[in-house]
Amino acid sequence: MSWIATPRSMHMAQPLALRSGAVLPEYTLAYETYGTLNAARDNAVLICHALNASHHVAGCYADAHGAPMPRSEGWWDNMVGPGKPVDTDRFFVIGVNNLGSCFGSSGPTTAGPSGEPWGADFPVVTVEDWVQAQAALLDALGIEQLAAVMGGSLGGMQALSWAVQYPQRVRHAVVVASAPNLTAENIAFNEVARRAIVTDPDFHDGHYRRHGVLPRRGLRIARMIGHITYLSDDVMNTKFGRSLRPLAQQGAEALARELYRYTTHDVEFEIESYLRYQGDKFADYFDANTYLLITRALDYFDPAREHGGDLARALAPAQANFLVVSFSTDWRFAPARSQDMVRALLQNRRQVSYAEIDAPHGHDAFLLDDARYHALVRHYFAQQVQA
Amino acid sequence: MSDMATHQAIAALVPQGAHVLDLGCGDGALLAHLMRARGCTGYGVEIDDTKVQACVQRGVPVLQLNLDAGLHMFDDQSFDVVLQIDTLQNLRNAEVMLQETVRVGRLGVLAFPNFAHWPNRWQVMRGRMPVTRHLPYEWYNTPNIRVATYADFVQLVRRTGLHVVDSFGLHDGRVRRHWPNAQASTAVFCVRR
Repeated sequence: MSWIATPRSMHMAQPLALRSGAVLPEYTLAYETYGTLNAARDNAVLICHALNASHHVAGCYADAHGAPMPRSEGWWDNMVGPGKPVDTDRFFVIGVNNLGSCFGSSGPTTAGPSGEPWGADFPVVTVEDWVQAQAALLDALGIEQLAAVMGGSLGGMQALSWAVQYPQRVRHAVVVASAPNLTAENIAFNEVARRAIVTDPDFHDGHYRRHGVLPRRGLRIARMIGHITYLSDDVMNTKFGRSLRPLAQQGAEALARELYRYTTHDVEFEIESYLRYQGDKFADYFDANTYLLITRALDYFDPAREHGGDLARALAPAQANFLVVSFSTDWRFAPARSQDMVRALLQNRRQVSYAEIDAPHGHDAFLLDDARYHALVRHYFAQQVQA
Repeated sequence: MSDMATHQAIAALVPQGAHVLDLGCGDGALLAHLMRARGCTGYGVEIDDTKVQACVQRGVPVLQLNLDAGLHMFDDQSFDVVLQIDTLQNLRNAEVMLQETVRVGRLGVLAFPNFAHWPNRWQVMRGRMPVTRHLPYEWYNTPNIRVATYADFVQLVRRTGLHVVDSFGLHDGRVRRHWPNAQASTAVFCVRR
């Protein structure tokens, strides 16, 4: 059942002091809410997004006649909604677009102090800054304490950070397919993606809009690299295998040409077609400066750093109960990294449950409809998260 | 074996307010009982998806881990009690897990089916592997990969140099301290380093 979601935005007049030392004198946050805030104002659930998603978590947007637009579902529509695992009939769910993103909140594509778009001059933002901005939005909405904060991947890092930064404001933290920091290999993938963008001749040190161009080639390649790491070897083989893109002509001659066509421009294998399609789509809607900023926020996140690498000490302030979920074939945010968080929580004797879902889809699994995964989240919210 | 009377007999061995790790916690019923009736805290460890979900439904904190991969997740002496109830017989390396149990917990409580219980002996004497109410599986479909008797476990504990704080048999929810190796379907051992 499609239902209508309405995007909103809130202008925040209070300055935001960022971890980098910079200050955002004012900013705007795009957000959506689903369900109803109860009289006690204690049934709010904050959903945090990852790299390329937004405040549009669930539901569809309305067309001019108020009917749901096709393919406008939110990015976690299978998880959040009426009767879904995070049930909006019970919970008041909030999605916020993070600062520095490109879907309505202040970021490189919105106007800076000069009135021109910030472009490359938007200050560097961290996971902690995002959480602080989200907390300011909750203040404005009159929500003192969250029933739960939930996120996958980079969103999971925000959920973890919430529990540490605002221990009294979070009753439950649901951290899915995430990690307490990125490994060197993970930073390396981000760096290759960033190099693809900044070496695009259309990048112009991030001021491409002034030149009336977009570094689309760089963004495409960045997205292709990302997609390789979000899938598992198995699922890639199952979905695409070694299949070749058929040629238009038929017959034996065409078959031979299909096998050894050797081209540096055209698509030969199906997997190439998939990656190019994903890259093209991404380059159409995503901002390059945002990509650079958000991957850096991923790289920088490391709550244990200021505690000599001791994650248990870093998580000591957290009071929330935790549900930590990983996926067996996720090699970008491997189960072992989720276990690092669980271990640190055990050392603090925090109430934590951990599940490793046996799913073939790699990191992407956290966005997909998996019966065991969804049943687990459903039970957790139904039985443990008190509205 | 996981009936109410057995739960109560095991629960009686767990001090009030103890921090408990329940290895192979199943649907979390015992841990839920300990949390409710004895003010305990702690976690269950379970590998099976359905049982993990059952624990979450009960509100019992559960960690989905493979016990055959060891207990590296847990620090030395970080629990007051580590339970292995009906778990030992499913483990590949029962001896290592026994050592790990007393590394992680100040007290280890183990309960497992006693293969020397007299109805089992009777069936073996008749030339068949035992199939009883307590051991309902046929030899070809049993999940029990380590079968042992009460007396076997006494030997293992002696060999590993652990101290037995208490040991007894359980049958139909009743404690059997007299001839447990023959009289009890379940063997119970409380051990420490």
